Amino acid sequence: MTVAQIQATQSGEKKEYWRWEESTWVDEAKNWRDAKFVTAGIDVGSVSSQAVVVCDGELYGYSSMRTGNNSPDSAHNAINAVMQKCGMTLENIHFVVGTGYGRVNVPFSNKAITEIACHARGANYMGGSSIRTILDMGGQDCKAIHCDERGKVTNFLMNDKCAAGTGRGMEVIADLMQIPIAELGPRSFDVDVEPAAVSSVCVVFAKSEALGLLKAGWSKNKVVAAYCQAMAERVVSLLERIAVEKDFFITGGIAKNPGVVKRIERLLKLDAVATKYDSQIAGALGAALFGYTLVQKQGVPAKVAS
Amino acid sequence: MIANYGYKDGSGEYYISIDTDKCIACPADRACTKACPKNMFEIITDDYDDQVAAVTQAHRKTLAYDCTDCKPAGGYTRLPCTTACTAAAVAHSW
Repeated sequence: MTVAQIQATQSGEKKEYWRWEESTWVDEAKNWRDAKFVTAGIDVGSVSSQAVVVCDGELYGYSSMRTGNNSPDSAHNAINAVMQKCGMTLENIHFVVGTGYGRVNVPFSNKAITEIACHARGANYMGGSSIRTILDMGGQDCKAIHCDERGKVTNFLMNDKCAAGTGRGMEVIADLMQIPIAELGPRSFDVDVEPAAVSSVCVVFAKSEALGLLKAGWSKNKVVAAYCQAMAERVVSLLERIAVEKDFFITGGIAKNPGVVKRIERLLKLDAVATKYDSQIAGALGAALFGYTLVQKQGVPAKVAS
Repeated sequence: MIANYGYKDGSGEYYISIDTDKCIACPADRACTKACPKNMFEIITDDYDDQVAAVTQAHRKTLAYDCTDCKPAGGYTRLPCTTACTAAAVAHSW
């Protein structure tokens, strides 16, 4: 335990190990004022909300923020973060597409499109036109998507009934183990022998099973490794239902957890395509790209509501 | 596009698959919407602006229970939805 952790414990302060970093990025090499069409995609998910701004079909900026207790505020929070960074207002955005769970509650959107279609489109941009299979590991659901060379969905399934295999499941384990969520992946490899997966696929029961393993003398790292393996096995069974085809791409927050990603790759005997972009923005990026296509076809709508 | 509606849980996999390419030009006049005794099918405009059948949101997480009456144990030898869909666009995974 570090000194900071000891001090936090002594002062009674509760540390939130699940808390991940919010981020905002803008391409300083570009100027949005030079673009003919500026479009935005807003992905209001159950755990995080992203806003992506695209200038003439090219990624310009994004933000990834935590979702609050209401979708309109979360959408505003996400887009405001990007706009403030580059001096933009909603009036400067020609078309906005909402996606994710809260897509119908984005007050300034011109259209709502499902996150399945948006993730496929976003992955096609981020990983290239050779991407055929996409795994989106979201905050409270998991999606397996098959798409064509244009990023159009050809087959999909979604599991949003059970939190196992989702970001929320990983957050629960981070809190339980008192390990910052960003460290879970790397630490899961710090074991002498790779353990078998925890037997339960349910987050609630996985939590009680993890406690049992700790009491039985397992190290935290070994328990985390067993949970990462369980999560990998869970999502691979979903992927197998739509038949995995190269190239394979992972989107969503869990794509940042090498402990799960490497285990998925091992089970599939297939490496996921690496990307220089933030895996969490795929849905919002796809939405912004849909917006670009729509604004080219339909022209700029009368006014974007705020 | 194959749209799989349903879930997998500890008791098994429960998916209704709809092949939207076969569904778009429905030769059965959207008979699936009338054939299902639980009214589980609806016609939606999908993300690619096609009018296709989908399982209603309210039933997507309860398929194992909602479809039970139409399975052999309920006295059916053929599922009403798949029978009504002459384009063979609808399929059950279980």
